[in-house]
Amino acid sequence: MTEIAGKAVELGGIVKRFGAVTAVHRMDLSIEEGSFVTLLGPSGCGKTTTLRMIAGLLDPSEGDITIKGKSVTRTPIHKRNLGIVFQNYALFPHKTIYDNVAFGLKYRKQSQSEIDAKVRQALDLVQLPDLSHRYPRELSGGQQQRIALARAIVIEPDVLLLDEPLSALDANLREDMRVELKRIQAQVGITTIFVTHDQSEALAMSDRIVVMSKGHIEQIGAPEDVYVNPASAFVARFLGNSNLVAGDIVSRSASDVNVTIGGLGGLKVPLGRSRDMADGERAMVVVRAERLYLDQSEAETPADAVSLPAEITAVDYQGQAARYFVSVCGHQMQAINPIETHPYRQGDKVRAVIRGRDCALVPFEASA
Amino acid sequence: MSGWSLIRLYTIAVYLFLFLPVAAVVLLSFNSSQFGSFPMEGLSLRWFVRLWENDAIVRAFRVSILLGALTAVISTVTGILAAIALVRYRFPGKGAVTTLLIAPLLIPEVVLAVALLLFLRWLHLPKSFALLVLGHVIFTLPFVVLVVQARLVAIKPEYEEAALSLGANPVQTFFAVTLPLLLPAVLAGMLFAFTMSFDDITGTMFWKPGGVETVPTQIFAMLRNSISPEINALGTVMIAFTILLPLLGMAIARKMAVHRR
Repeated sequence: MTEIAGKAVELGGIVKRFGAVTAVHRMDLSIEEGSFVTLLGPSGCGKTTTLRMIAGLLDPSEGDITIKGKSVTRTPIHKRNLGIVFQNYALFPHKTIYDNVAFGLKYRKQSQSEIDAKVRQALDLVQLPDLSHRYPRELSGGQQQRIALARAIVIEPDVLLLDEPLSALDANLREDMRVELKRIQAQVGITTIFVTHDQSEALAMSDRIVVMSKGHIEQIGAPEDVYVNPASAFVARFLGNSNLVAGDIVSRSASDVNVTIGGLGGLKVPLGRSRDMADGERAMVVVRAERLYLDQSEAETPADAVSLPAEITAVDYQGQAARYFVSVCGHQMQAINPIETHPYRQGDKVRAVIRGRDCALVPFEASA
Repeated sequence: MSGWSLIRLYTIAVYLFLFLPVAAVVLLSFNSSQFGSFPMEGLSLRWFVRLWENDAIVRAFRVSILLGALTAVISTVTGILAAIALVRYRFPGKGAVTTLLIAPLLIPEVVLAVALLLFLRWLHLPKSFALLVLGHVIFTLPFVVLVVQARLVAIKPEYEEAALSLGANPVQTFFAVTLPLLLPAVLAGMLFAFTMSFDDITGTMFWKPGGVETVPTQIFAMLRNSISPEINALGTVMIAFTILLPLLGMAIARKMAVHRR
């Protein structure tokens, strides 16, 4: 096997078929030592299947999985040295918290005093040092979550696998646990693969995000990169609220692309990922909802922007901001704008301002 | 009189029909009279003492308990393995295996009994105690499989996956996680098997080797001669045994289930 220093996990041409259905298509991925990587996508995109193959809970139909330079494709799960946190925690209900956390250590030939010390350390790490004699059912969801994490980390695994670990928690707790999980991961420095369908979790926690759709990788990148420069219409739509409109590439310079959008006019968009698109080609222009500014003043339009007459068709009031559904020259768009005094009302006539530098180009997609 | 009170009356009548004979047997077993019939003359435990002094009955009791225990253990071990295969694994012919395992439940016991005897004849093997145990395992196994299967379905595979991921091999995982979580069902299945075996007469009549009697066949044999009040006492002991034991077991199982949730 090829040994590459600094790579914790490598997937080489992984394929998983279930009968006639292919859940994962020839996937290549390499994950750096110590990084927090998120597999993000809607249900059925193959993210959980991929995680289960790395874990050894599923055998890939084709391809090779390498952990720390060693092929583990034929290694059974109990010899892979992985920590897994399951969606519903899967704490052993018949064992105390202490015995749950100590479980993995008992199969690692350690002395009782070593086990004691490590369990105490792990419980301290998750800030629940006093629960060792309780049973899982006596703990709240958030506490069970922390214990599940402690149980997975205490064995010092090569990789930590998290399968939607936050989805069973309620909204407030979820955001707290997000911060907590990231703190523990950074403190231990453990390579982590996190599976979620929640884009805000992915953006908040990851070093790198792997966006998946229909068993394929759509894009791999840092959160900001994936958000600002989506590689496809799918990524643009899946992360945040985006407006996608078809346009034609007119010309390009070293840093910008000039596009005309039917009925909306011309825009100068940063080159970004659209390097290999040719002049005259059709493309999709991505306008983030929070970058579509609605304005009723007579302020002057910036030079690189277009200003278009628009009408509010619906308002989704969110407190500090509002999401407006607007009709811009016949295009239905969404705009998320902060509220200064009063939100606009349905039927209000406004101007929609789009700046070229806030936009991105992705390959044309007919269905959009 | 309204429709509901008619139904109530009918229900009471049905229960009386079902349980009056049983109550009569229990009552008469404490009767001091030589004749096992009403009116009772006085209370006495003499028939229970006579029972204890009757070698044939004590021997039959030993046989029944040994037979029941062996049946329960073999049925339960086999049943757990079968249930795990049926719930946790996919394999060709799973549907057929399920049907075959449950089939003894649907086939009349007489047919089963004769079939096993004919099979044995075909193999040129004599009747033996081992055969008797085998027969009992065949008709108790479906119950154990059904009970354990129902429980296993409710145990999420994540528990086992978690144990495996923590480094326990599949056998260690079974003993550390699966079996403890299955225990209430295992206990219930075992009690079922024991009680069914202890009670059985049809199959036992066909399969038992000469000279071996279980409690039911012993009672049957005694009835052919005379109706002694001893039989009432024996009946009472049997009832106590087959009702109290499962109740006790279920109480334990329920307590454990609450504890483990």
